[in-house]
Amino acid sequence: MSGPLFELELEAVRLQDRAVLHAQRLALPEGGWSAVVGPNGAGKSTLLRALAGLLPVEGRLALRGRPLADWPARERARLVSWLGQNEPVPATASAQDVVMLGRLPHQGWLAPASEDDRRAVERAMRRAHCWDWRTRPLAELSGGERQRVLLARALAVEASVLLLDEPLAHLDPSHQADWIALVRELAREGRSVLAVLHELNVALQADRLLVMHAGRVRHVGAAAEPATLAALQSAFDHRLHLACLQGRWVCLPFALATASEPAPCTHPALTT
Amino acid sequence: MSLRALALTLLAAGLALLLLGLCVGSTGLSLEALRGADDVPRAILWEIRLPRSIGAWLTGALLGVAGATAQGLFRNPLADPYLLGASAGAALGVALVLVGWGSGAVAASVLARLGMTGAAFAGSVGAMVLTLTLARGAEQTLRLLLAGVVVGVVLLAATSVLTLLNPDVLRSMQVFMLGNTALLSGASIAMLLPVLVLAGSAAYGASRALDALALGESTARSLGLPLAGVRFALVGVLALCTGAAVAQCGLVAFVGLVAPHLVRGRCGGAHGPLLALSALAGGALLLSADILARGLFAPQELPVGIVTSLLGGVYLLVLMQRGRFGRTAA
Repeated sequence: MSGPLFELELEAVRLQDRAVLHAQRLALPEGGWSAVVGPNGAGKSTLLRALAGLLPVEGRLALRGRPLADWPARERARLVSWLGQNEPVPATASAQDVVMLGRLPHQGWLAPASEDDRRAVERAMRRAHCWDWRTRPLAELSGGERQRVLLARALAVEASVLLLDEPLAHLDPSHQADWIALVRELAREGRSVLAVLHELNVALQADRLLVMHAGRVRHVGAAAEPATLAALQSAFDHRLHLACLQGRWVCLPFALATASEPAPCTHPALTT
Repeated sequence: MSLRALALTLLAAGLALLLLGLCVGSTGLSLEALRGADDVPRAILWEIRLPRSIGAWLTGALLGVAGATAQGLFRNPLADPYLLGASAGAALGVALVLVGWGSGAVAASVLARLGMTGAAFAGSVGAMVLTLTLARGAEQTLRLLLAGVVVGVVLLAATSVLTLLNPDVLRSMQVFMLGNTALLSGASIAMLLPVLVLAGSAAYGASRALDALALGESTARSLGLPLAGVRFALVGVLALCTGAAVAQCGLVAFVGLVAPHLVRGRCGGAHGPLLALSALAGGALLLSADILARGLFAPQELPVGIVTSLLGGVYLLVLMQRGRFGRTAA
């Protein structure tokens, strides 16, 4: 695949007459794990929705060189899987039935689930670690468990492109680690993952960062690049404390207004 | 109980109720009727009780389909088939006919009856078209809901003004507003059955889209579903079902709301079986209410809407007591 996955020459994306995304150009290469980061209201979710074809876009938006609007809906749905944030869930449906909905783009009209569909659902639920309680209704699951079912629903599409909006919501650190491993595996399989992340420490482990601020993507680059870190600082108003820990960049909120500097941490277990 | 067993049970209940319906009339319950005894003339059995019983079942089934459709489309367990203004429109249509024709003796004549059926159908479909126009199509669910409420309130106010200015139609209006199965005939079946087949298959055809809609409109669209067409078709289903039901039986309360809840717990999130079972449950519910309305105080008849409210309300209370209703609410 030579050309970019997504090519955006944007004039604006409006929500109720208010421009949320402004004029900009963006070319996103195929493959790898990209993290979209930025402060609240920067337009991260809107960008993801626009790329998923869920919002009208003023300007040009192409997916694999073909205008997104020209893609037949089902074909696009098989290629691009979108997981939203705070979307409703059917309370009475079992986890398995919800994940099976991810197979809709592959199924004929009213056709029953095929053996392929069932295998894809099992694969997705095992990858998202929710296979064990597949028969439980969603109403009985905790927030994190529900989030893993929804992730499995997005995985069950078996799309080459995954657009995930806050996929880490409600997940504890061990499941966040599972998620990172999963995304790396997806990237190794040649899929492209674009995830909006609030957890900057997770985002800093991505292959590339899209730093957004005030309705524009300000910078695209690898996490380790100084320019990316600078863009991150500027997007967050220089209120981040970035440090290199065991070869990885980590980041903490940094309160400018505090009178006293925080005591440096000296415990050997924490500094090595 | 599996889905199939529940469907068979509901179907069997419908058939049993149909037989019972043949035996209950203004003379009360008499099982002799089935053996062809002389005290009930055959004409009453086959030309009055049978079509009335079948008609009541069909109307209930229509309301069940409409209720399941409305609850799925609006993703709201409290949605009922009249949500888009159908009831208020039908009431206004009937009020206009009653006022126009004068009331009392004329209203009971065949001509007026046909006129009322037509007016109720035209009124309910007209109100829903008005709702759709106000909502600028079926694109936005919330706008559609609000428009439905507004249309309902305004048309109901118009109806109230009409009946207040013409107090002699009050009684006939009340009969219509409470629901009435007494006028169901062979002609009603000829109207109800094709509507049930048409609307039922259209709703069933959109059932996968309803399943996906439970994950939100954006997710459903991201799965490649043609939501605009689906929504339009489902609003059409609602208009047809409620229009036909209201035209034949007046405003039968509660069946459309309750029927889906009676079976929802067994269906998980799947709307295909939910629609079919809601139809069967709605049919059985309205037919049993009709039989009770005929037989309870025979020869006096109760308005069927009062019986459906009592039956449905009590059953919902029982469900809530068992703590199952909380889970059935989507």
